[in-house]
Amino acid sequence: MFKSIQEMIEKATAENKSIADIMIAQEMEVTGRSYLDIHKDMERNLEVMESAVEEGFGGVESTTGLTGMDAVKMKKYIDSGRGLSGELTLYAIAHAVSTNEVNAAMGKICATPTAGSAGVVPGVLFAMREKHDISREDMVKFLFTSGAFGFVVANNASISGAAGGCQAEVGSASAMAAAALVEMAGGTPEMSAHGFAIALKNMLGLVCDPVAGLVEVPCVKRNAAGASNALTAADMALAGIESRIPADEVVEAMYKIGLTMPSALRETGRGGLAATPTGERIKAELFGEQ
Amino acid sequence: MKYKSVFDIIGPVMVGPSSSHTAGAARIGLLARNLFGGQPDHVDIYLYGSFKDTYKGHGTDVALIGGLLGFDTDDDRIITAYALAEASSMQVQFIEMDEERSHPNTALLHLVKGTERLTVEGISIGGGKIEVVSINDYPINISGNYPALLVFHKDTFGTIARVTTILGNNRINVSQMNVARKEKGDIALMTIELDDTIESAIIEEVRQASGVDRVIEMKES
Repeated sequence: MFKSIQEMIEKATAENKSIADIMIAQEMEVTGRSYLDIHKDMERNLEVMESAVEEGFGGVESTTGLTGMDAVKMKKYIDSGRGLSGELTLYAIAHAVSTNEVNAAMGKICATPTAGSAGVVPGVLFAMREKHDISREDMVKFLFTSGAFGFVVANNASISGAAGGCQAEVGSASAMAAAALVEMAGGTPEMSAHGFAIALKNMLGLVCDPVAGLVEVPCVKRNAAGASNALTAADMALAGIESRIPADEVVEAMYKIGLTMPSALRETGRGGLAATPTGERIKAELFGEQ
Repeated sequence: MKYKSVFDIIGPVMVGPSSSHTAGAARIGLLARNLFGGQPDHVDIYLYGSFKDTYKGHGTDVALIGGLLGFDTDDDRIITAYALAEASSMQVQFIEMDEERSHPNTALLHLVKGTERLTVEGISIGGGKIEVVSINDYPINISGNYPALLVFHKDTFGTIARVTTILGNNRINVSQMNVARKEKGDIALMTIELDDTIESAIIEEVRQASGVDRVIEMKES
């Protein structure tokens, strides 16, 4: 199994394969399952993501009423043609919000790499489908590439907000999406790694401070930020811009930052936005505590 | 390496809102049920750290109950787990603990049915992935990536040899093994990770071995 991004990139480059194919080959080796079975499972995950996005655009609301219906607003705004960002970015934001609103409403989603950050990867993926001519196969491969990078992060650092803060969740998701975007757009494996590194660097230090401990505020909007950051980083990498700090060292930095983060800022709902007067008031209204 | 599959990262398919606090919790509940060998009548669930602080908002409680009822992470019935538990006469009580455990997302489940009892301590390490860190207060260290046998046995000479001989005679390879005890001469726990799943006849043979008290089979997660 590849233990670092460096190792993964070298393997892909030496064998002249995509990172997606390197990931599939490893999965076959580790699990003993066939290419077809593994591919089918990923197609199923893609279908779940697609249904979640559609469900969100239909308008959902969480039981607390704290989140919901913003994907609908975003969609209307795009259709109005008044958007400031380019349409790809606007769609990425809308799809990310949509997915995470469904998650907050206890709907069915596919964790990528977590549920709290489940909007980022599908956000940019479905935006790409909206604006570019990509096949179903390209979309499945996109998920394998994202998964390959996430795999290294999960093993060398963490993908848990309780352990490493939001940088470990939305940060990881954003970096995974950036790397997969670069590969989808025809960049080399090395450029993917730079895209990954740039995206994650921009998210370092991000704390996990959910109001009332709910995966709602600020999670839904952070997914939108993660998606647009992924596009920023991917475009930079595709332009040939390199990260001065190698991807693996950025992962290590993220891990170490997580270790020094106080527990109040690691998914306990006790610090940051959760501890603001409004955050505390919302919590008291919902659970009648303090 | 804790994560072995791409589907640990792109997945699981699950009911929201949190992979660690909802999907992971459902998996801890389901694993505890499987280790117990069925549905308990009563469960005390001790919550620690982030689980304790945020379980209501994350649906950790309904997910744990859903898992105990046999539901997987993507089962919509998790949402109505409280009512379903009541309908199937399973009592569940949550106890919030202030003490810190090794991992911020820790749940300790005490399962009871008649005279049967089992205590399972699970941690949710991110993205829906879980680990069992203790059973009946015996620390264990198994990944859950491979099938395993948990053998409670008398802490005397020869028992370990008898168990491994049975496995050897049946051509079963042990990939990792660990023995833990609380006090000398008391009951000890042998944790045996295997390369492949094991036939029930062989498990029965282990169960009958002299010195063996109880055997629990753990399938790969």
